[in-house]
Amino acid sequence: MPVFSFNDALLVAVLLFATGLTGVLVRRNLLFMLMSLDIMLNAAALVFVAAGARWHDASGQVMFLMILALAATETAVGLAIILRLHARGRPSLDADTGNLLRG
Amino acid sequence: MPEFLLPLIVLSPFSAAIILFLSAGRMPARYVGLLATGSVGLSAIISVILAVLLLSAPSAEPIRVTLWEWMHTPVFSAHIAFELDPLSLVMILVVTVIGFLIHLYAVDYMRGDPGIARFFGSMTLFIAAMLVLVLSSDLLCLFIGWEGVGLCSYLLIGFWYTNPANTAAARKAFYITRIGDAAMLCGLLLLAATVGTLQIDTLTEAVTAGQITPTAVTGTALFLLVGALAKSAQIPFQTWLPDAMAGPTPTSALIHAATMVTAGVYLIARLHILFTAATVAMTVMAVIGTLTLLMAACSALVQADLKRILAWSTISQLGYMFLALGTGVWQAALFHLMTHAFFKALLFLTAGAIIERVHHEQNIFRMGGLLRTMPGIAGSFLAGASALAGLPLITAGFYSKELILSSVWHANFPISSRFSLSGHVLWAIAVVGAFLTSLYIFRCFFIVFFGPLKKDASGHTPLLMAIPLACISFLSVFGGVVEIPDTLAPVHLFTQMLNPSGFFTHTEDPAWLLYAGAAAPLVGLSVAWLLWGRTSSVIQEIPGQTIIIRLTESGWGFDILYDFVLVRPFRFLNWLGRHDILDRMSSGAASATRRTNAFLVRFRTGILSYVSERTIVMTREGNVLLARMQNGRVRWYAAWIVTGLCVALASAVLS
Repeated sequence: MPVFSFNDALLVAVLLFATGLTGVLVRRNLLFMLMSLDIMLNAAALVFVAAGARWHDASGQVMFLMILALAATETAVGLAIILRLHARGRPSLDADTGNLLRG
Repeated sequence: MPEFLLPLIVLSPFSAAIILFLSAGRMPARYVGLLATGSVGLSAIISVILAVLLLSAPSAEPIRVTLWEWMHTPVFSAHIAFELDPLSLVMILVVTVIGFLIHLYAVDYMRGDPGIARFFGSMTLFIAAMLVLVLSSDLLCLFIGWEGVGLCSYLLIGFWYTNPANTAAARKAFYITRIGDAAMLCGLLLLAATVGTLQIDTLTEAVTAGQITPTAVTGTALFLLVGALAKSAQIPFQTWLPDAMAGPTPTSALIHAATMVTAGVYLIARLHILFTAATVAMTVMAVIGTLTLLMAACSALVQADLKRILAWSTISQLGYMFLALGTGVWQAALFHLMTHAFFKALLFLTAGAIIERVHHEQNIFRMGGLLRTMPGIAGSFLAGASALAGLPLITAGFYSKELILSSVWHANFPISSRFSLSGHVLWAIAVVGAFLTSLYIFRCFFIVFFGPLKKDASGHTPLLMAIPLACISFLSVFGGVVEIPDTLAPVHLFTQMLNPSGFFTHTEDPAWLLYAGAAAPLVGLSVAWLLWGRTSSVIQEIPGQTIIIRLTESGWGFDILYDFVLVRPFRFLNWLGRHDILDRMSSGAASATRRTNAFLVRFRTGILSYVSERTIVMTREGNVLLARMQNGRVRWYAAWIVTGLCVALASAVLS
């Protein structure tokens, strides 16, 4: 017997996703933007797990594991980019300073 | 025992390639050559052992090794599996033995080059890929080798990458063979979809049992034929091979003469049952082979660059092989493949030795009289040239070409239900081709080695280069005695080995067929002697730059045609993309508005002036607004994406 119903899980996921989205939009710190992205990914993963529990299907958890791996990869790449930027003499975490593509 | 040796034959050059690439030039040049040559030599020894094992076994059962299952789905499965039967035995012997001799030669030839580790790494990787290609018993596994040899060819053509012409040649070779690879992949997918496996044994059984519809067979055969034509540089894909001579000479000898370009011939010989079932493909193959052999021989006749003469000659000889394949006598094609590997490798290696000694001069009209300064080289070039021309009785080329010619005479190629092309026509063209072959190669021989001395040759050919030359000279003179026409002596070792159940020979052939085939090279030799050989030779330079000669020399204008039909439109599209035509249009509209406005202001037409001023302001403000949207900040872009998503969702949900 699940403690949370599917609707509760969806609600939590929406809240998580909104939190992550707000973080991405509001924070200027690259590190926090990365963390917010992870929160958004986790929200999507939560929906998968909840849907898997709802329809009694294990593939939801498989997808969760894949998203977990994806999130780890994405964080690794993001951190590597930050480190590279730092090594190239641009010691700033402000995302808005990288706006060379402005119109 | 053989099951253990078979993977080792591929593993030995492959591991050498990995070591050479990983060492990245830190290894001393001496060890690099030693390692590469040793690994290929080991493969050669193993193939000889396997040949003895396979041929001495009482039952002609091929040796099979399945290494692992590559992929498995309910409807399709593919294995990494090797199979050694007489057909692949011939190929691995040619690849490893010729490859070993060429590596030995390259040790001295490439000494002192800074990229020697890269060179030998690519060469050994090529040997490994070629062995995978000829050994695999699964077409998907064969495709790995097929792509691998293409990659190594690309790496080696552009080996001296500081010269843009070399990299352009490498790219051209890669692109053109890629067209063929795409077609071949289509053929493989079609086969996989209709039969459900790419195992060669199963495929041939399915074709023999008639499980595949004739349409599918013909389609597959045509797709695979396109792949083979591109790899073997036949019309209309022949343009890459002459340019591929930009690579080092051992590469030209190994990849672009002896082995890689014959991969197409091997593929068709391997799937000959499938191709026999598709008569359309066979006719196309024979006709293309004939056209190619004639066209390439004409081109070779007017070249001035020593290596380009040999390149066109390779295309021409491959045309003979395709003619034989189209006739259905794949044994003859394979025999010619073997002898061609001997004499063409010999010619290229000799050409490399000549070019190195005359200070990297490749134009034959600036050489001359080299017979006195390098008699040994002249001897081996003469051996190669005679074998290529097919001088009767004493050379390997004669026997293989004769086998092809005698089979073509009797063949018949149906074109439609009522009309069919007689083999006599193709036979006549092939004999004319044999005459031209002899003419162009002896033209080259007489111009280079006879006449007045024009350029001093320095140094001497080192022993390590002379030994392979001697070995291959021996092979190209005596390699043909394994198969002799019935008219002379009934020796059929080669076809017997490939096809123990018996190879159909035309014993009722009129003897004049053989004499005609034997006379054509002799006539060519005499004409070449008359035109270029005597001291007061009739023609020394290329006679007047007439249009036909210029057209032939540049390869019949195929390059120009492809430039106009394919390259230019592509470049144009690229130009359109780079110059952002839509952006140009909007800025053009803006400037047109501004000009119109200026025009109107000058005439002070009250209201119109006001309207146009407002238009300017609005344009400018719109511009400012749009520019503000493009502020380069990732967070803003994310916000726009989210807004758009919300609007789209809302409209989808609420409507």
